Amino acid sequence: MKFAVIVFPGSNCDLDMYHAIKDELGEEAEYVWHDTHDLSGYDGILLPGGFSYGDYLRAGAIARFAGVMDEVRKAAEAGKPVLGVCNGFQILTEAGLLPGMLMRNKDLKFTCRTVSLKVENAHTLFTNEYKEGEEIRIPVAHGEGNYYCDDATYQHLKDNNQIVFTYAEDFNGSRNNIAGIINERGNVLGMMPHPERAVSDLIGGTDGLPLFRSIVKQWRESHVSHA
Amino acid sequence: MKKVKVYVTLRESVLDPQGSAVMGSLHKMGYDEVQDVRIGKYMELVIGDGERDVDALVDELCSRLLANTVIEDYRYEIEEVVSQ
Repeated sequence: MKFAVIVFPGSNCDLDMYHAIKDELGEEAEYVWHDTHDLSGYDGILLPGGFSYGDYLRAGAIARFAGVMDEVRKAAEAGKPVLGVCNGFQILTEAGLLPGMLMRNKDLKFTCRTVSLKVENAHTLFTNEYKEGEEIRIPVAHGEGNYYCDDATYQHLKDNNQIVFTYAEDFNGSRNNIAGIINERGNVLGMMPHPERAVSDLIGGTDGLPLFRSIVKQWRESHVSHA
Repeated sequence: MKKVKVYVTLRESVLDPQGSAVMGSLHKMGYDEVQDVRIGKYMELVIGDGERDVDALVDELCSRLLANTVIEDYRYEIEEVVSQ
């Protein structure tokens, strides 16, 4: 399976994402610059964390209009897996590919530590290697991860099982502790925590690995059955 | 040529952690009269004369990029600039 790691000016988790796919998963990955106009050769799209365009105006607001984003939208519409982590999640909400918005953490602090997450939905293409309700340890590193959406949107997310990860304990003010959500179709996941930073015991844990394995497993299965 | 002043503020329904922190500080300084603080953004745009209706154009700029209407409201003032 071949992944595109989208690189914006100011992305800084692109190397971690590449490492997770290439070295820990043994799948193909390529860095793809933000002005690329063709993603047709990739099976999965990864939007890494960082501070694209310096977080100017709002986190993700400027990246959302980068040339590659039309292609990301097309990939999402084609049903390819699209994963946005941290700044990638912010870009996906700005682009309207996911509902809601990430605001400043309620305590105004940049929080960088490993937190406990609850897997709320293990029936997605990103989480089928986890158990429903499982608690996993994944690092967070953000100043703007306070997920906001209005009541109607929250109800919709809940009714459609679109809330994939929640924080075991509130630290950033996110609505109902939401840490990660998926689109209605189930192929676009945005999350603030960094699964690509939890892929080896050497760096403190491997709880992020099943997420990447899930994507590959699902892709293999669908490509075998359609062959 | 027109000068456009754009004000972007958080919607009333959205908590403003920065505003709350500033209000807390003002209260500590003894300014108990302050009942609320909301922090927003102010932008100035200079727009050249063209075919498009400036109001419609600015509205589009605001809703597409300058503000995120999920959490923010915007308003703007347009001033005629006399070129020298």
